[in-house]
Amino acid sequence: MSVTDLFSVIQSSLTADQDVREEIRKVVQGLEQTAREILTLLQTVHQTSGLKDVPNKCQKARDHFNVVKVHLEELKTKFPPDQYYRFNEHWRFVLQRLIFLAAFVVYLETETLVTREAVAGILGITVYRDKGFHLDIEDYLSGLLILANELARLALNSVTAGDYTRPLRISSFINELDSGFRLLNLKNDSLRKRYDGLKYDVKKIEEVVYDLSIRGLGKGDEPTEGKVVEK
Amino acid sequence: MNKEGGFRKRKYDNMQPRNRKEERESKVDPSSPVLISFKSFQKELDAKHDKYERLVKLSRDITIESKRIIFLLHRVSSVSNIEELLNESSVKFGDVRLKIQQISQELIGEDMCQFHRAFSPGLQEYVEAVSFQHFIRTRNLISLEEINRHLIFAPKKEEAEDSEDVAVSDSQGEKQKQLCLQVTPTDYLLGIADLTGELMRMCITSVGNGDIETPFEVSQFLRAIYDGFTYIGNTGPYEVSKKLYTLKQSLGKVEDACYTLTVRGSEIPKHMLADVLSSKTSMSEHEEGL
Repeated sequence: MSVTDLFSVIQSSLTADQDVREEIRKVVQGLEQTAREILTLLQTVHQTSGLKDVPNKCQKARDHFNVVKVHLEELKTKFPPDQYYRFNEHWRFVLQRLIFLAAFVVYLETETLVTREAVAGILGITVYRDKGFHLDIEDYLSGLLILANELARLALNSVTAGDYTRPLRISSFINELDSGFRLLNLKNDSLRKRYDGLKYDVKKIEEVVYDLSIRGLGKGDEPTEGKVVEK
Repeated sequence: MNKEGGFRKRKYDNMQPRNRKEERESKVDPSSPVLISFKSFQKELDAKHDKYERLVKLSRDITIESKRIIFLLHRVSSVSNIEELLNESSVKFGDVRLKIQQISQELIGEDMCQFHRAFSPGLQEYVEAVSFQHFIRTRNLISLEEINRHLIFAPKKEEAEDSEDVAVSDSQGEKQKQLCLQVTPTDYLLGIADLTGELMRMCITSVGNGDIETPFEVSQFLRAIYDGFTYIGNTGPYEVSKKLYTLKQSLGKVEDACYTLTVRGSEIPKHMLADVLSSKTSMSEHEEGL
């Protein structure tokens, strides 16, 4: 075969590759759209009135996750199942966000940490690589770190909304998460960088708990609605 | 600034746990489901990182060995017994393939693309060495399929040449698949781009040895490769277009050499050509430096 022929073979394989990427990008765009919708929905818990209506919001979010399932089913058909990591960077970001959103919903509902299996269940994918489109462990952990960040914010805002017991619960949850992450030996990659931010979230929540405790707030009392923290 | 940041961070890290230690120990139950699952994550991540490191090490070994083969092959122009050199290089290729086989064994049951970054540099160097040897032998470009054909391994003898087995059952086919490491088109392209640098060196040294045929063959070949790369152009990945610039420089040097050979060849005695050529190339290098 001449050099020109060899290069045209390579060229056609590169073009085929690009077509696949183009298809994936289209589906991922839809996913990002849905992820934004869920986020907007859940963001409202930060508003003073939002905390009261949590179960309803979670239910709505779960409805949206059905759309996500459809999108992910479509994504699965766009590339050969054994080439997950070849195209993985296209959906990595949105998948991490979706994991965070699923974890957030589960936290709001039950105040527990979502398991990997449960996230996979919500998203309609599998945990293990050999069974198809799966949930990468690093993506799962990244999603949990985004959750920690969001909860630090929620601790603050729930105080403003007059819920003084929630920060204490968030604090113990985050502490557990933090000691979980301490068990991991992370490499110097993006996950590690994100993990380095966890200590600031922990610190922020501890400050809230401190503020509450020196004022004698949130010790098992019923939250006093709409009351601003006294200085 | 960097130093200061590092220092501050370390100080912070040291202080954090002490402040919170007592509190945490009382609060977090070591047998809680969260911690148990994180322990399993730890195992999973560690296994993955270990595998990655092993692959990087293998890739380094492959790179070093391939570079040695290339140096060996550069002696071709100064040695009369080319066949002997080629055979020696073939033996060395056997060792390199053994390492590649180890990589493919590490990857059994894994997604190859997940660890691709770990061993890709080694594979590129291997492509460079193999294609260089192929060019010296046949004066032609080795194809991707031909490279990949040499990278199919079988641990058991009976399975080795049985291509029918693959067709018969899927599980068998998967087994067969696990034992080969396929060079991707991108790795191939990058390896070939590196090859052009070696060819340029070979072209210049062969002139030094009074060989007037090789430079023209090389320039012909390089031009074809350059055309191929321009044909691919922007459709290829980013790294490929980055190499295009170096490729153009190599081509320029070789074409320069051929030009000088043609112009001066008729008027200068052959044994002096090398001096003319080397001064010419050093001049053009100087210009690039500016």
